[in-house]
Amino acid sequence: MTHEQLIFIWFLLIAVLWIGFFFLEGFDFGVAMLYPVIGKDPTERRVMINTVGPTWDGNEVWLITAGGAMFAAFPGWYATLFSGLYLPLLLVLLGLIARGVAFEYRALMPDDNWRDTFDWSATIGSLIVSLVLGIAFANMWRGMPVAGDPPHLTQGLLELFHPFGLLGGALTVTLFIVHGAVFLCLKTADSVREKANRAVKMLGPIAVALLAAFIVIGNIAYPASNNPYLGSGAGVAMWVTGAISVAALGYAIVMHSESGNQARENQAFIGTGLSILMLFVTIFIKMYGTLGFVSADDSFNMNVAASTPYTLRVMSIAALIFVPIVLAYSAWSYYIFRKRISTKNMPAATNAPVSATSGY
Amino acid sequence: MDAQVLARWQFGITTVYHFFFVPVTLGTAWLVAVMETRWLRTKDVQWLRMTKFFAKLFLINFAAGVVTGIVQEFQFGMNWSEYSRFFGDIFGAPLALEALVAFFLESTFIGIWIFGWDRLSGPVHNLMIYLTALGGTISAVFILAANAFMQNPAGATYNNGRAELVDFSMLFTNPFFIAAFSHQIPAALMVSGGLLAGVAGWKLAKVAKEAPEGTVHPDAGIWRKTAKMGAYVLLVASIAVMGSGHYQAQVGAKFQPMKLAASEGLLDTQTAAGFAIVGIYTQERDAEGITRVTEVFSWEVPYVLSVLAFNDPNAEVQGINDLTEQYLTDGHRAWDGSRNQLQEEFSSELAQLSVDPVPNVMVSFWSFRMMMGLGFVSMGIALLILWFTRKGGTPPTNNLWKYTMGTLPFFPLIANSFGWILTEMGRQPWIIYGVLPTWTANSPNVGAASVLTSMIAYTLVYGIIAVVVLKLFFTYIAKGLPDVSPPKVRTDDDAPLSFAY
Repeated sequence: MTHEQLIFIWFLLIAVLWIGFFFLEGFDFGVAMLYPVIGKDPTERRVMINTVGPTWDGNEVWLITAGGAMFAAFPGWYATLFSGLYLPLLLVLLGLIARGVAFEYRALMPDDNWRDTFDWSATIGSLIVSLVLGIAFANMWRGMPVAGDPPHLTQGLLELFHPFGLLGGALTVTLFIVHGAVFLCLKTADSVREKANRAVKMLGPIAVALLAAFIVIGNIAYPASNNPYLGSGAGVAMWVTGAISVAALGYAIVMHSESGNQARENQAFIGTGLSILMLFVTIFIKMYGTLGFVSADDSFNMNVAASTPYTLRVMSIAALIFVPIVLAYSAWSYYIFRKRISTKNMPAATNAPVSATSGY
Repeated sequence: MDAQVLARWQFGITTVYHFFFVPVTLGTAWLVAVMETRWLRTKDVQWLRMTKFFAKLFLINFAAGVVTGIVQEFQFGMNWSEYSRFFGDIFGAPLALEALVAFFLESTFIGIWIFGWDRLSGPVHNLMIYLTALGGTISAVFILAANAFMQNPAGATYNNGRAELVDFSMLFTNPFFIAAFSHQIPAALMVSGGLLAGVAGWKLAKVAKEAPEGTVHPDAGIWRKTAKMGAYVLLVASIAVMGSGHYQAQVGAKFQPMKLAASEGLLDTQTAAGFAIVGIYTQERDAEGITRVTEVFSWEVPYVLSVLAFNDPNAEVQGINDLTEQYLTDGHRAWDGSRNQLQEEFSSELAQLSVDPVPNVMVSFWSFRMMMGLGFVSMGIALLILWFTRKGGTPPTNNLWKYTMGTLPFFPLIANSFGWILTEMGRQPWIIYGVLPTWTANSPNVGAASVLTSMIAYTLVYGIIAVVVLKLFFTYIAKGLPDVSPPKVRTDDDAPLSFAY
């Protein structure tokens, strides 16, 4: 394979990893952001937490792998982006820490304050990560200026909070909340399931509006034609993928089911999943070649940022072997915990650290 | 302070902190897996209780390790962008593979294990924690291979203004990788063995005291077995640690003679070099910006250093002064005057930079001795535990025993920290040994204010995590063995789960 082909494949793979992360961890974030809405009752909140309990950590590895893959395949991208977005990424890391400790520690002390503190920590952490990554990807759609050798971001921190950036942040937060609510509809029973369906109905239209605005403004204000690496078809493609994203989200909202119809809930989850997929496909199309940057003399692009063909080939072989294995056992873990859970399933001694029924 | 120095401090703080949790995770996963196997084999519910007791401690530790580990994956790009750009073609691959091959394995199967008691049959459930442990150990393979490249950049060439990979397999045949892996895995087991032995040794004394006169506490037996298990693991692992440590010193003497000289306070090249048990050294930069080291005091045992470094009491060991002169005239060289491909190809560019080749001698010297000393102390305590528990014996229930047991896990743990402080501080001034100095590699566009902000934020958050982790550890150790009923695979969807957060 030529270097160009390898670079294309790795750009694609990194897009897949980010999309996988947003699809999977998107509902984890959404569930945590919904604690204050759906989970006011402690037992119901506990049900919510335990829908993602067994799998959230594996979902987060998609992000770690995306970061690692950027480092390995495009060291220049990793270096310029991560140092350029230093403070926003710091917020992401602090958010991930805040929510990461919450799962394991919340139930370990028989104390309401302790538990509520960690649940808020999960909610706020998830909100920060969703918001900042949304702002960041909106800016990558827009294109961030780089210059110099080595190439570095030349815009200030405040420039990230351009209205389109803020729209992106608001969008990811709302979209993940709806995705999380749809996920809860699928994974819970009784009261939590009803409340989750109601949340989809209430918040869904807002998400559709934000998504539609984001796609339309993005495609008009920062169209594919800005990107020298894209052919003439890309503009159409971005409109099409964007439109599918909006339509899929609309479909998910229509499919929500207060009467608890499993088939409709399945469709709704496919809808929000497809919507997230297509949103980020649209953004990654725009980032092709430029990696989400604008360099006046084209001194920085994916070819400059890429690793050698040899490294990319080694990595490709590893990915070819391990990605299917990872997908297989991840799917198995979801299969094991496929059953809906409800307040009835919560072990009796809610907060007791040690009891016969809660195991350890 | 300038941004580069702050970035180094931040990397040091966050990495040392993260590494408090890593050895515990690496070793304890295997030990908990073995405990569960012992339960399945013996059908003795006491082993199930012990499995769940240590699983709790393991998971408290694991969560802290996971969240502090995320920072590490991003920090290279955020704070060390020029390092990432220059060496990413080589260094990025093991990091990406660590995530793909190891982290997915570890994170997915630990989730299944925690929640799967009532969903999987006994042996399959047990397999889940073995796979988790395997994931941890594989992650050590990749990250140590990446680090070995920083110590001895084998398998790379200088091309297109950066280092490029020429042979992926050389990341794993690098003698520094072989030395570090064979040193780190048993070193982690020393920590976990210390954790088991310390906790169980204390609990054994405590329950023995609680039991009415003339009776035996029902849990005394299992605490004794666990204390012995931990002590044996620590002792057997320590033999492996000493063997691989000796190998590591020999590799260091060959390829990083300056680090070895600094860690031994050896100023002048000597045959039949002695090993300084204690020493005090001062260092300062001369007018040319080169560090000059003076010995204030040292107490040496003859021949030992030559044996340590070359297995020969009369071998010549290179000293700091001679190595400095050699660096200034001829650049970095291994003990036999050789350089590897990348060091050779980059040497003319490197000659343009004025590099002071001497690391901090006191830090290198004392972290080496702290590492060994703490390791030996933990071995002594493990022997003491075996002595007191022989033939069903019970240790004394006084405060001295309590504090000895309470501190036991920290001896090998802090020894791990000092080992890495030696490895990384002794590597200075190089970020990649003999190729690029650290001060060229940080992110030029991340200013001191930004680094200071993040450093304060990490320190605060990590401080809170430390308080929470210690509080939870003490609480759960105090609670002792949980009551359990052997899990059954669920048949009723409405029944309570075996475990929920």
